[in-house]
Amino acid sequence: MKKFLPLILLIILIIFPLVYKNAYYQHLMILVFIWVAIGSGWNVIAGFTGQVSFGDAAFFGTGAYTAGLLAHHFQISAWWGMAFGGIMAMAVAFPFGWICFRLRGAYFALASLALNEVCRHIATIAEPLTQGMVGILIMPSFLSKIPYYYIALAIAIFSVVFVQIVMKSKWGYYFLSIREDQDAAESLGIDTHRYKMVSLNIAAFLTGMAGALFMNYMGFIDPEVVFSLHDISIMAILVGIVGGVGTIYGPPVGAFVMVCVHEFFRTGFFGLFKGMAALTGSDFLIVAAKYISQAHVLGFGILVVLVILYLPNGIVGDWNKLFGRFFSIKKKEAAT
Amino acid sequence: MILFEVKNLVKHFGGLAAVNNVSFQVEKGEIFGLIGPNGSGKTTIFNCISSYYPVTGGNILFKDQDITSLKTNKICKIGIGRTFQVVKPLGRLSVLDNVIAAAFSKAKTKHEARDVAMETLEFCGLLHRKEIIARSLPIGERKRLEITRAMATRPELLLLDETAAGLNPTELDEAIDLIKKIRDKGVTIIIVEHIMKVIMTISDRIHAINFGQTIAQGVPKEVSNNKAVIEAYLGEEYAHG
Repeated sequence: MKKFLPLILLIILIIFPLVYKNAYYQHLMILVFIWVAIGSGWNVIAGFTGQVSFGDAAFFGTGAYTAGLLAHHFQISAWWGMAFGGIMAMAVAFPFGWICFRLRGAYFALASLALNEVCRHIATIAEPLTQGMVGILIMPSFLSKIPYYYIALAIAIFSVVFVQIVMKSKWGYYFLSIREDQDAAESLGIDTHRYKMVSLNIAAFLTGMAGALFMNYMGFIDPEVVFSLHDISIMAILVGIVGGVGTIYGPPVGAFVMVCVHEFFRTGFFGLFKGMAALTGSDFLIVAAKYISQAHVLGFGILVVLVILYLPNGIVGDWNKLFGRFFSIKKKEAAT
Repeated sequence: MILFEVKNLVKHFGGLAAVNNVSFQVEKGEIFGLIGPNGSGKTTIFNCISSYYPVTGGNILFKDQDITSLKTNKICKIGIGRTFQVVKPLGRLSVLDNVIAAAFSKAKTKHEARDVAMETLEFCGLLHRKEIIARSLPIGERKRLEITRAMATRPELLLLDETAAGLNPTELDEAIDLIKKIRDKGVTIIIVEHIMKVIMTISDRIHAINFGQTIAQGVPKEVSNNKAVIEAYLGEEYAHG
């Protein structure tokens, strides 16, 4: 049963847009797929290699801007950005990793946070190239969401399968060794600097590709959107932590949960607050309805606290704990 | 044949000379003991050899090749394996995965790495524990895992840093047997050890240091009767008595 679970899930996901034609839910699923790719990338560098990155938006934004600028300046289809976006993100990751992998632990995380901000400022200031805060607008290729849905699904599957293949290879063993003990890894003949670079570049490629897809799908980007610290970098970490750090299927689960939570807040609990405000006319609820959509970061914070307290290995990592307890209660009830 | 040589090794930490002008040669196939009281610089010498610390002065030669400035991972690649005094298992990986990760340093494919790992686990007597998570091993077996991992990199020279410390008498005998077995396989060993039972029974030659300087060198019997060594370990009165 467990063996066929991914296959069954895959079939459901392929059939989903054909059966369920609501564009809103298709849109949400596309976002989930983009987050699967970003989360998988983050998981390679942070989850498997143990080098926590707060700068995924730097790669995401680079990918998105590569696609956007190709279309904007050279009239090349933004879909080429899917290939070049990943490569450009690697071009950012390479010098960054080369220098900053001399740092360990929290210091590397701080450096990656700085990279995020540096990229955002460059995109804002370099107006002749990026149009700064005006952003870049391209014509979407498709009117229907279905083509985007399948492309995003393909990217998501590629990310998960690719990470799985990498983790079963020599690289995977090296990444895990570096995570567990860098000194021991070095004494076992592992060039830790080099393999941390490999890991970062894989992460950057997947994230950059997701960024290019985002550009194609959304049709509009500006620095505040694609280089956003809390909406991209922190969200990537949350996808990893909630789903399960260092697990293959963690990012897909985390992406699904986080997009749901994000949407839950964005819509003000599916319009609950707006409805209540209209019904009661209470000033408090009107204000609350206005601001609740901004409060998703608060919601993320609470979620992370709960996950770290009760599921330190994430939903996938603690799957047995989560559902084992559930089933054991049922069994006990049946026994009595 | 001289396999390994340390020439006038000097290592300063700020103003402190942790290792001061130490030289020794290790013959191929022997077990070379390195002894000295706490803080005398034994582990520092190991860390200099495996390039965790840059040396202040002197040369380290392996097979007539200067390896003083090689990086740690290259040191392993050319055939010098080491264990750590404070064991460093890859905690959340299984014992087998720990050894596979090490075996990749010489093996080309995963299949080959796995074969090397299984073989080494059997050789070191840890095969029955292969599925266990490394973190949950008791200390004796963690030390054994350190040796197994180092052996999986197929070294010609093995640096053992206090592998017998903290073991009970039975485990101690097993450790001695294992070290002899490794020597019989043709691997040269440099061993740092405090437990005299171990170092005196297995070493072919011993080099004693104190305050980073050589105080005696020779076969175990000579060194254990050497005045300076007794003084360093037991105090001046014993040396004269």
